[in-house]
Amino acid sequence: MTKAIITLTCLTLAVGCGQPVDRPFEETFREALELAKPGDVIDIPTGTFSFQRSLVLNTDGVTIRGQGMDASVLSFANQVAGAEGLSVNASDFVIEDLAIEDTVGDALKVNEGRNITIRRVRTEWTNGPSVDNGAYGIYPVQTTNVLIEDNVAIAASDAGIYVGQSENIVVRGNRAEYNVAGIEVENSVSADVYNNVANNNTGGILVFNMPMIPKKGFATRVYDNEVHANNTGNFAAPGTAVSGVPAGSGILINSNDQVEVFNNSLADNNTANILVSSYFSANYAGQRELAAEFDPYPEQIMIYDNTFNGGGSAPGVDYLVQLRDAIYGPDGAFPDIIWDGIVNPEKPDHVDIICVREERAELLSLDTGNEFANPSVDMARHACPIQQLPPVVLSGR
Amino acid sequence: MLVLALAGCQPDSVRVHEPDAYPERLSAWGLVQLNGGELNLNTKTTVYQLNTGLFSDYALKLRTVYLPGGTQASYDPDNVFNLPVGSIISKTFLYAKDESERILTQASWRSDPADFNTKTHRLMETRLLVRQSHGWDALPYIWNGNDAYLSITGGLEQVPLASGGVLNYLIPSKNQCASCHATDHTSGALQPIGIRARHLNREVSLYGMNQLDYWQQTGLLHGFTPAQREAAPANAVWGEDNADLAHRARSYLDINCGHCHNERGAADTSGLLLDYADHPMGAMGYCKPPIAAGRGSGGFLYSIVPGQADQSILSFRMATTDPGMMMPELGRSLVHDEAVALVHAWIDQLSGECK
Repeated sequence: MTKAIITLTCLTLAVGCGQPVDRPFEETFREALELAKPGDVIDIPTGTFSFQRSLVLNTDGVTIRGQGMDASVLSFANQVAGAEGLSVNASDFVIEDLAIEDTVGDALKVNEGRNITIRRVRTEWTNGPSVDNGAYGIYPVQTTNVLIEDNVAIAASDAGIYVGQSENIVVRGNRAEYNVAGIEVENSVSADVYNNVANNNTGGILVFNMPMIPKKGFATRVYDNEVHANNTGNFAAPGTAVSGVPAGSGILINSNDQVEVFNNSLADNNTANILVSSYFSANYAGQRELAAEFDPYPEQIMIYDNTFNGGGSAPGVDYLVQLRDAIYGPDGAFPDIIWDGIVNPEKPDHVDIICVREERAELLSLDTGNEFANPSVDMARHACPIQQLPPVVLSGR
Repeated sequence: MLVLALAGCQPDSVRVHEPDAYPERLSAWGLVQLNGGELNLNTKTTVYQLNTGLFSDYALKLRTVYLPGGTQASYDPDNVFNLPVGSIISKTFLYAKDESERILTQASWRSDPADFNTKTHRLMETRLLVRQSHGWDALPYIWNGNDAYLSITGGLEQVPLASGGVLNYLIPSKNQCASCHATDHTSGALQPIGIRARHLNREVSLYGMNQLDYWQQTGLLHGFTPAQREAAPANAVWGEDNADLAHRARSYLDINCGHCHNERGAADTSGLLLDYADHPMGAMGYCKPPIAAGRGSGGFLYSIVPGQADQSILSFRMATTDPGMMMPELGRSLVHDEAVALVHAWIDQLSGECK
């Protein structure tokens, strides 16, 4: 018993224990997070390290650094407690060069903080797509000045990379595959999403606004991305917002304003390469009452200079299959851009809803608001001038 | 009464340690000590009880508050009482056990340390909140033999249940203490949770009187007169069948969820507010769709579907033990069946329709 107590106290206290020998890295790492001071760099060596409980960091100014996203692996395959793999509640945070695998909930959640850098981190559920996987891979929420670059996010049952309720955001150079949503920017302001690869998800890149949260999102630029073959069957839990995303969605804009989509390579997304919709046709399960202050209409959507190949030939939900059959025949395909056509009735003649400047791509309005009575392509309606947003500048970087 | 029971075996005086020198042993604080199988509290500490407490896998809890000599907490009808520097709040987690050392999840407990004996009870952990000049510090101590030992990193203990099976008992790490006690997540500062009028305003059998009156009479509390008690808020005792159903359910959600699900809490990201305050119906969950619940939605559409608890995310998340779906996120590996029944009954009698 005495020996057990001494071991316990040495394991649990950094002070007064001399140099304990052969402590598992899992323990020293957890302790380093718990006792972190601003300026600490916490190194993770090469190896796979297994955790039963969430890791938590609450100290500002800490860097967590591994030896590479395939070399330093934090595995939560045996997790029994905690809703995240790593939970960070701090500012001036950097995490890089490591992997977080098989968490029961979110892999990396950063809840409130300024100056967040997440780079060369891999979050993955190693069994592949499954409804039992955790919801989010990389998940900053209520953050400001956020850089998410060169990460890999695979098989999240919601979004591989999800930026929520945040401001001033750069998401670049990431690869997101086999998630329900590859990259999702939700209720966020000023985001640049570029140079990413978002292939083989249910939906590649999503720009959403949801009701009943205080922050309204707008001003997102999605450009220079590769968004191909996002045709993985939707494996989200029913009832979640993304459970309504049709398989085959390339870039999907819902209820968001001032979204600029340009210079992307879009190919073989079999519902459509680009989808624009209001809250009313988001396919969220069930009809939902809207808070009065919520703006359900996408407006000022600028689509230009993208490259399109294939797509639209196998819509991921029944009503779109029927519509495709009715308009283009069973061997036909939707055009590259589809829109539910639902506009704010108080602004019926508003022309700056979606402006399109593409060589060949067409936009089909589904006329969802009138039970699909008159689906139509009317490019003149979308010939409004392209308005450009300023680039996001991350302060201090 | 309590003082008499403890006479003759009380620990030395309470010692408040500085942040750079927190002791490894709980006994070094002089607050709680185990002597001959009995639990002795320093006479300068005061046992207190809440109307409704946080559910922690059916653990019994012994809560104490210590204020430095000559100081007082200041009464506030709405917020956590301000406690002076040097104050220490302790919460000891324990279980009643059977002859085979298996723990009981249904046991009566009056919060009287005289009822404790190591022959009949098992100590798990004692968590301290220490009020320093910079704010509150949280310190988890894990019992092992005759003392408890500081464990900044927390732990996971497998405990045999008398009802069969094994309980994965989670001892939170220091940072996980903040998961609940950083009730203002933006500031990140730790705060006590139970030291509020609405939780303390109750009759306590140990003292034979209302607890706020007792605190006032024993000099713990200033700015409070018995006349104010009439206006003081009081949460329900969740399991008291004769109290108002909505009041009991809201009280339970307040202490079990409101520390995160409040306007400044960690879960304000969800837009769901469950602290006991006046919020719009939607914010309290009525017909409210989930935001980022992931598979925690359980496949349901709204936090609360009036009249349909079995279709409501709120009751679903209380009734699962999957750590990727359950609520609260931490500190529970069993379902609180009785509370799930309470919340079900409450939702089932709500009227309205989600359109």
